[in-house]
Amino acid sequence: MSEHPRTSRFDFAGKNGGDGVRLLDASGLVPQRTYVTGMTMALGGILMFFMALVSAYVVRKGMPNSGWIAIPELPRILWLNTCVLVASSVALVFAHARFRAEDDPGFRRWWIVATALGIGFLAGQIIAWRELVERGVYLATNASSSFFYLFTAAHGLHLAGGIVALIWILLHPTRRLTRGTATEVAAMYWHFMDGIWLFLFLVLLVER
Amino acid sequence: MSVKVEVSARTQAARLQAASGGPTSFVRKYIFSTDHKVIGIQYYFLALAAVIAGVILSAFMRLHLAWPGLQVFGGTMKPETYEALLTMHGTLMVFFVLTVAPQGGFGNYLLPIQIGAPEMAFPRLNMLSFWITFLAFACMISAFFVPGGAPLSGWTAYAPLSSLGQVTGPGEGLGQTMWLVSIGLFCVATLLGALNFISTTIDMRAPGMTLLRMPLTVWAWFVTAILSLLSFAVLLAAAIMLLLDRLAGTSFFVPAGIVVSGKLQAHSGGSPLLWQHLFWFFGHPEVYITILPAMGVTSHVLSIFSRKPVFGYRAMVSATCAIGVLGFLLWGHHMFVSGMSPYSAFAFSMATLAIGVPSAIKTFNWLGTLWRGKIQFTTAMLFALGFVSVFVTGGLSGLFLAQPAVDSLLHGTYYVVAHFHLVMSMAAIFGIFAATYLWFPKMFGRMMNETLGKVHFWFTFVGAYLIFVPMHFVGLAGGVRRYADFTAVPYLWSLQPLQRFITWAALVTASAQLLFFWNLFRSLRHGEKAVRNPWRATTLEWITSSPPPHDNFAGEYPRVYRGPYEFSVPGASEDFVMQSEGDNV
Amino acid sequence: MTARVRAQRGVCRNTGHHDPATTWRACGGAAPAAMFAVALTVLVGASVYFFVWGKWNPPAAITPVGNEIDAQYRLTLIVTGAVFILAQLGLAFAILRYRDRGKVAHYSHGNSKLEFVWTFSTAVVFLGLGLLGYKAWGTRRLTPAAPNAVRIEVTTAQFVYYFRYPGPDGKFGSTSPKLIDPATGNPLGIVPGDPAGRDDIVVPTLTVPVNREIELLIRSQDVIHSVFVRELRLQQDSVPGMTVPLHFTPNRTGRYDIVCTQLCGLGHHRMHSYLNVVSRSEYEKFLTQQERLLQQTSSQ
Ligand code: HEA
Ligand code: HEA
Ligand code: CUA
Ligand SMILES: [Cu+2]
Repeated sequence: MSEHPRTSRFDFAGKNGGDGVRLLDASGLVPQRTYVTGMTMALGGILMFFMALVSAYVVRKGMPNSGWIAIPELPRILWLNTCVLVASSVALVFAHARFRAEDDPGFRRWWIVATALGIGFLAGQIIAWRELVERGVYLATNASSSFFYLFTAAHGLHLAGGIVALIWILLHPTRRLTRGTATEVAAMYWHFMDGIWLFLFLVLLVER
Repeated sequence: MSVKVEVSARTQAARLQAASGGPTSFVRKYIFSTDHKVIGIQYYFLALAAVIAGVILSAFMRLHLAWPGLQVFGGTMKPETYEALLTMHGTLMVFFVLTVAPQGGFGNYLLPIQIGAPEMAFPRLNMLSFWITFLAFACMISAFFVPGGAPLSGWTAYAPLSSLGQVTGPGEGLGQTMWLVSIGLFCVATLLGALNFISTTIDMRAPGMTLLRMPLTVWAWFVTAILSLLSFAVLLAAAIMLLLDRLAGTSFFVPAGIVVSGKLQAHSGGSPLLWQHLFWFFGHPEVYITILPAMGVTSHVLSIFSRKPVFGYRAMVSATCAIGVLGFLLWGHHMFVSGMSPYSAFAFSMATLAIGVPSAIKTFNWLGTLWRGKIQFTTAMLFALGFVSVFVTGGLSGLFLAQPAVDSLLHGTYYVVAHFHLVMSMAAIFGIFAATYLWFPKMFGRMMNETLGKVHFWFTFVGAYLIFVPMHFVGLAGGVRRYADFTAVPYLWSLQPLQRFITWAALVTASAQLLFFWNLFRSLRHGEKAVRNPWRATTLEWITSSPPPHDNFAGEYPRVYRGPYEFSVPGASEDFVMQSEGDNV
Repeated sequence: MTARVRAQRGVCRNTGHHDPATTWRACGGAAPAAMFAVALTVLVGASVYFFVWGKWNPPAAITPVGNEIDAQYRLTLIVTGAVFILAQLGLAFAILRYRDRGKVAHYSHGNSKLEFVWTFSTAVVFLGLGLLGYKAWGTRRLTPAAPNAVRIEVTTAQFVYYFRYPGPDGKFGSTSPKLIDPATGNPLGIVPGDPAGRDDIVVPTLTVPVNREIELLIRSQDVIHSVFVRELRLQQDSVPGMTVPLHFTPNRTGRYDIVCTQLCGLGHHRMHSYLNVVSRSEYEKFLTQQERLLQQTSSQ
């Protein structure tokens, strides 16, 4: 069996190509490269999905005879939710730093905080929905509300998936080996979803 | 830290063990397998089921077009039935045949082996992709059996025909909903598959397998996966919005004041063109998703059986990438007469013509590969040569359609049908055939019958032209596509002799496919035993046994020393040098 | 030589051309090469014959722009035709000339100069075609109709066409989707109270005067349909929620078919009407006759 030199990922003409077999890093702290690549690709696809929604939003709103009636006032709680989500990302950064410092209790503590804040965000989004429903703004009321529900639901579903991942990592402490990968990849996803929300929120605020 | 290292070593050992042996229970081995080879074959047979359905549908369509009064199954075909067959024919063929077989089937089976990897990057995800695709297929087929039957809005499902429910026609009720759900599932599966392909190619290459030593097939699957990742995400978004329009009363694609059969619809302000933009933003890359793997296979096969390196390997790689990039900039050429701004037509038209350039590069390089070669007419080679011929013919008619002025005569006619069948259904299918004849020995450990294969080729090659060249004339004469029959307009009826001719050609060609199926299924059990490298080819799939073991290389992972197409190297002892042969040979 | 490589080589030697089971190496034969060459030559011959014969070409165009489009079509046909002939016969030649005759293939990875030349020249040909062809599109689509053009509104609905003339006042009455009711003779939903609509003429076929510029205002009531007249070399989708203008100047009288080219439901294939291009006097006669009819029905 031949040796596996570590080389640049995009080696065009050098003598070395890829790694061949996936190697687990012995310490379990460095993420396996493949998973990072895979997550990057997944995020690329997800980005395209949301870009499609956003461009549809912009086009639909700009139509002549679009019948567009902006939602009079977006639920105020969205601002709070946004802060909660950003805070959750920050907590995740701390957790990650603790992880690298091999401070397991610290890691768990911050990780739980991040997860809880994430759940808080989702709860907040549901409150925002209920507020709109009470005001009589439903999915089909106007294109503006359709897009609002569509954006928040699509993002919320993605985020819920992230929460499942965060909890799963918390519940499987014994798998030290894949921890490095799992935490890294989950964090990538989480920060990305945070960014997507900021973008969607900005669109909802600016392009009303 | 020491504890961790220990765990790691143990896991590694367990993995290696599992890798060489593989699971033994039937279910884990053949049904819920994580082996990319098994999954590849599953995809292949799924596509085979879909293509059988698709061809049978096309045969019924052709019969009805030629003899509208014909009694089949105790009655003449209703127009809505024709449109339903048309929709399902197009959908099955584009999605479940041409996206599934070249990429999911051959890509899955061969990409890891050709780059010297023991498995895909995410084997379980791979299994999930297949089973979601299968679910999507089941969902699509069951659209036939719901009340109202299959949808009739074509494979493009233009809103608002597709978004208002049963009022716009039979099949637009539950049938259309099933169609959309199926497409949504298909998108998810393809997205998961695509990210798997990309990660595998980026991270799992054998030592020495630099990007510019990858076989052109790998490049094709790689770029195709990127296209899939970016385009199917958009289709998924669009499909969800269309579903909401149908089920939740939103108005993304439905404008105000629509009256269908006397009933005012409760929608407002939506844009039918928005659906078209989203659909074609996906749809155009999709047509290249269907053709790129076939182009890769063609390059591969032409090189092997000309015993010559691929002419202009780097240009081929660049052309593949250029097609990938440009493919996203020209969706509007399907919408020249849709009511879209006539100014944007110019940009779309120029981008469309520009994408002809990389296709031209490929064509010239294929001819360059043959030039001064040593051409050996295996069945795979015949199909690859056929591909070049058919692709040129079909591609050139694209240049007419790419000019908005000329397209305003030809759009919506059989000229378009002729264009895309030659370039897609024939060229891309030829790619599948070439791949089948080439890799069958590797996949199933047995040879296919070459004589039967050749007879099959000649029927299919001649048949392809006999069916689809006359369609250009139907189109030029103003023959409109998607017409259930041509009886209502006198000038269309006068084209009936052409239609009959096409139908005869189609029936013969479709029947000739029985040769292929016979050959395929018979060879599975009775073909001659295949050796490792029956074609004396150079890439890594040929250094391992036929079929390869569970981990592809039985623990002997290759190292790569040279480019993929080193044929007839002066001074070498054989007329081919494997990629894994060292410099000191 | 490493052991592994030797092993591989051994495999190849054992199982390559020494293996009697692999008969495929006998396929450099003249027969398939000749068959291929003949097939490609017949393909080229037959295609050229049928395209030059032109039996199925659309009938002559009836507008100046139509003639421009025909010219562009012919130019494209000549360019692509030449490429088609060269490519197919080049393929045939390569197959015949370079079939396996037992000699070694030429070892080469390409020729950058050659590749540059053909890349560059195809780019010039393709983009040149596009630029030349754009004029025919521009004259029709980018310039608005003259103010004195004859304006006629086209409305499509599942599976019929309605053509509305503004009547003597030159104005179209307003419409409302709520009032659409073909059964009571108001298929377009013209608002009864609107004086501009009182003299609007609605007919199922399109009659236009020859040598006048016509502007169609194309709308749809339900799904997307289209208006296609092959003699006009003209096709335009009708999109609900939009009014798409389209103008042309027919220069030959006659009756031409209008068909729908956008899949619109189960009656797509029978959605059909006529374009009657008539002399100016006949056009006047048509209008007065329709006005009389309208007065009769409204006075009843
Ligand atoms: C495999 C799929 C595939 C491929 C590869 C292509 C390739 C091309 N297609 Fe096609 N196309 C489809 C599948 C495909 N198409 C489908 C499915 C539809 C219809 C969808 C529907 O409506 O249902 C469609 C429709 C379609 C339209 C819309 C028509 C309409 O609806 O009005 C247009 C318009 O521009 C177009 C253009 C082109 C062009 C310019 C190319 C080019 O890429 C072709 C380039 C190739 C060549 C040009 C030949 C080889 C080159 C040479 C030999 C070099 C020398 C040449 C010269 C110097 C001239 N296609
Ligand atoms: C892959 C794509 C594909 C393939 C193979 C075909 C194959 C055929 N098609 Fe189809 N067709 C479409 C894609 C395809 N079509 C699409 C997208 C549409 C548009 C739908 C719409 O308008 O919405 C269409 C529409 C369409 C029409 C237009 C109808 C209309 O507008 O009213 C017609 C009419 O004749 C037609 C005929 C045929 C015939 C006779 C065949 C064949 O029967 C010819 C014979 C078949 C073969 C020679 C191939 C057999 C292949 C195998 C056996 C491969 C096996 C291996 C594996 C897959 C693993 N097709
Ligand atoms: Cu109306 Cu097709
Ligand atoms: Cu396209």
